[in-house]
Amino acid sequence: MDNLISVSSTMLYTAFILYLIATCFFGATIKEKKDKGKKGIAGKIAITLTIIGFLAQIVYFITRWIASGHAPVSNLFEFMTFFGMGLVFAFIIIYFIYRLSVLGLFALPIALIVIAYASMFPTEISPLVPSLQSHWLYIHVTTVSLGEAILSISFVAGLIYLIRQIDQSVKSKRTTWLEVILFSLFIFIGFSVISATFNIADYHAQFEYEERGSTLTTDYQLPAIAGPNDGKLLTENAMEPLFEVPSWMHGANAPRKFNTLIWSILAGFVLYVLARLLFRKRIGAAIQPLLLKVKPDLLDEVSYRAVAIGFPVFTLGGLIFASIWAQIAWDRFWGWDPKEVWALVTWFFYAAFLHLRLSRGWHGEKSAWLAAGGFAIIMFNLIAVNLILAGLHSYA
Amino acid sequence: MNKIKCDCGHVNPEGTVLCEACGKPIEENQHIDGNDKRTLLNMRYDGSARRSQTYNKSIVDKIWSFFSSVKVGVWLIVIALLASAIGTIFPQEMYIPANAVSRDPAVYYEDTYGIFGQIYYQLGFHNLYSSWWYMILIALIGISLVICSIDRFVPLYKALKRQKAKRHETFLNRQRLYSETENVTAEEKDKIVHALKKQRYNVRNENGHILAEKGRFSRWGPYVNHIGLIVILIAAILRMTPFMYLDDYVWVREGERTVIPSTDGEYYIENKDFILETYDKNNDRFKEAIEQEGMVAKNFQTNAIIYKEIAPSVAGAEPELKKIAEEKIKMNHPLKFDGYTLYQAGYQLNEFTSMTFKVHETDDPDEKALGTFTIDLNAPKPEYKLDNGFRVVVDQYYPDYSLENGEPRSESKYPKNPAFVFFVYPPNSEQAEVSFVGIGRNIDATGENQYKLGVQDFELRDVSGLTVRKDYTLPFFIVGAIIFMLGVIQGMYWQHRRIWIHPKGNGLLVAAHTNKNWYGVKKDIEKVISGTNVEMVKDQQELDE
Ligand code: HEM
Repeated sequence: MDNLISVSSTMLYTAFILYLIATCFFGATIKEKKDKGKKGIAGKIAITLTIIGFLAQIVYFITRWIASGHAPVSNLFEFMTFFGMGLVFAFIIIYFIYRLSVLGLFALPIALIVIAYASMFPTEISPLVPSLQSHWLYIHVTTVSLGEAILSISFVAGLIYLIRQIDQSVKSKRTTWLEVILFSLFIFIGFSVISATFNIADYHAQFEYEERGSTLTTDYQLPAIAGPNDGKLLTENAMEPLFEVPSWMHGANAPRKFNTLIWSILAGFVLYVLARLLFRKRIGAAIQPLLLKVKPDLLDEVSYRAVAIGFPVFTLGGLIFASIWAQIAWDRFWGWDPKEVWALVTWFFYAAFLHLRLSRGWHGEKSAWLAAGGFAIIMFNLIAVNLILAGLHSYA
Repeated sequence: MNKIKCDCGHVNPEGTVLCEACGKPIEENQHIDGNDKRTLLNMRYDGSARRSQTYNKSIVDKIWSFFSSVKVGVWLIVIALLASAIGTIFPQEMYIPANAVSRDPAVYYEDTYGIFGQIYYQLGFHNLYSSWWYMILIALIGISLVICSIDRFVPLYKALKRQKAKRHETFLNRQRLYSETENVTAEEKDKIVHALKKQRYNVRNENGHILAEKGRFSRWGPYVNHIGLIVILIAAILRMTPFMYLDDYVWVREGERTVIPSTDGEYYIENKDFILETYDKNNDRFKEAIEQEGMVAKNFQTNAIIYKEIAPSVAGAEPELKKIAEEKIKMNHPLKFDGYTLYQAGYQLNEFTSMTFKVHETDDPDEKALGTFTIDLNAPKPEYKLDNGFRVVVDQYYPDYSLENGEPRSESKYPKNPAFVFFVYPPNSEQAEVSFVGIGRNIDATGENQYKLGVQDFELRDVSGLTVRKDYTLPFFIVGAIIFMLGVIQGMYWQHRRIWIHPKGNGLLVAAHTNKNWYGVKKDIEKVISGTNVEMVKDQQELDE
């Protein structure tokens, strides 16, 4: 058992490293310019490494499945990791349709960020509560995250489009929004860096606080900037909170999650500022020159195509399979639980996207902004709904 | 109707933008699809005449035009999206947690979320998804969907059916993919036709004018998926009727048999046993997680027997029942019988069934029993006579005792926390002593009682909560969902591609159109013309701002 688990985590680690190296090779494809003969070598190595990495991650998935006795998609760590795997898979599909190397240069880092983010959540194998003991759990969760992963490729292509196309010579609303998107990616990196740092330092701070008449304890793994409302620090030598969260912040471990959010933003901000200092220009402006060879209309098409491919998959997994399972487990196929509603919101959003694409004037840049909006909704559903609005689906 | 006759001889319906047969732009209608301001033609519905774009006089025309506008449709979808999202800011009324300060929404929202909660409640957002305006919004989307589809389907269908292989030159050179080649030999042309067929294009040849087409059926995908959506909306409406949909709940105690509600007294359920299992905390696999998160439930199960009444019960007599099913009902494993479904939905552990009391002398340190009696908590008798002459009268019975403002009361009628006020009559005495007895309490009202009552023994049992469902609308939802999926797959995973080849002098014009995946058609054309002298098509797309 322990053996399998260690094989499993080694494989995940291997996949991570391979994706990282593959990213570098995808980067190298940009540099290979005129030399027609050589062109493609870096690309071939890159996609091969990606595929090997993906296979390693499949091994992770299977061994963990065997070790836990159920498909590893049942807590936030497992689920986000699977989503990262889905991203790589979706990228591989789209790559073989369009042979667009630059897509890998952006898709893989995003998958890496997602996997690193996932690894910061508890990774123990957890037992399944009765409602989750159903084959529909696997069928539903795997299909939704695959659908969402394919839809996310639309964002990847859209993001490249925006960086490529937006005029960086003057500061404008568009350059600012693009920086906002890039900054939000830094927040994820910030979260992983800061969590890893304090994990290594083995930092713990226990708080005791009252909620609705019962006394709860919560264990902060990051120094408390925001402590629980009326909380008492139990651990010695731990930092006293700088302020307390307002009393309306209820929910399981809400103060701790809020504290983590503050840390992530701070760390992301520091990283972002460092990057700005390094490049001495906007991040978008720094990347733009690398993308001049890429054809914008192809990016636009990839972005749209990913939605066209992902939408049916998402509908099937996120609405239809979800309903079937809910019908069997909770006696109603639709219950307006926050997670369900956000699946509906995602679906409405992409339906609107597809209809807008029918008319003129919504191709190109506007469409790319929409793709970013769609990704924001997906991430919100994956992360925020679990952490903030937690209903029946709360994992973490 | 003012039909429009094109130069090619084809008679088009009023409102046509591009001739159905040859595609030549019809001069006076170019503003309809915005072709007048562009070099490329808008090919959305092949320039067919749509009612919404043609008539705009009567009120019916105006409503029709309104609902068939995709812009309106998108707005409706976006509004529904925003409304749905708003409904998740705070929990909906049905999700107010059981341990909340108060489950009364008027109190809960303000108390928990302050002023915003109060506003949320007052706007009715705590029941957003069943509010009239949300339902109207969804209904409007449905109406828009139907009108929109009818408006476009018929004309598009006709236009695609009537199209000729021979197209007008303007039609061709205003396509997004277009090229002209001066000199092309007959062999090269044959080669191209052959290559098109090899790529599974349907090739039509009219006097050397070639139309190669594939995947036309994918154009009907959106209409199919919209039909699926309509079926789902109809199912949702049917579900609001009691004939098609029934939803009830039954609590049944271990060892008891009770009638299943909403079945007209036809079915009974007996609860043989309720089982709650938790994961073993020494389990190798889950040890660490359980240490961190605490106990985790593994199974909720009711072992149930279902009976059907075979003869209608005569007043007063026991009904005559036949056993029709014996099953373990678990979460994710509901029990189905005769169109009904029972789901394991709730439970209540350790309800008291009976309590045995003993009487002893107050100052006896050994508390030796002078006599005992057992109360069936579901049917307490008014008075119990003990063997040794004691008589106990039940003055008050609180099945679910609690103290509110100093007043004892019962929270529910279920014996979850039973308490009694007894009058104890010693043998041969008419003078009663008053005793209050409950779980862990024994209060002597006067402080002078000679005899005391104690709980000697009790029996517990569990209660299962089961949802009773009958839902004849499910097949409609399933059919709707299947139609929807087939429609989106049809529309998304296939594309309608057309390539036109138009002889001109010694050369050729080549033009192509697709409803999506331009990259794919370009690759098709590249393959088709390879080894010939034909110019590759140029992409004339104007990437919009
Ligand atoms: C939530 C509701 C809706 C969903 C999920 C939906 C779904 C779709 C999908 C997937 C397509 C195919 C798009 C493509 O091929 O790129 C489509 C096309 C279309 N939809 Fe909808 N739709 C919805 C509501 C509406 C509404 C309200 C209208 C009316 C205004 C509408 C009008 C259209 C039209 C005109 C097309 C294009 C048909 C064609 O290409 O021939 N849809 N719809």
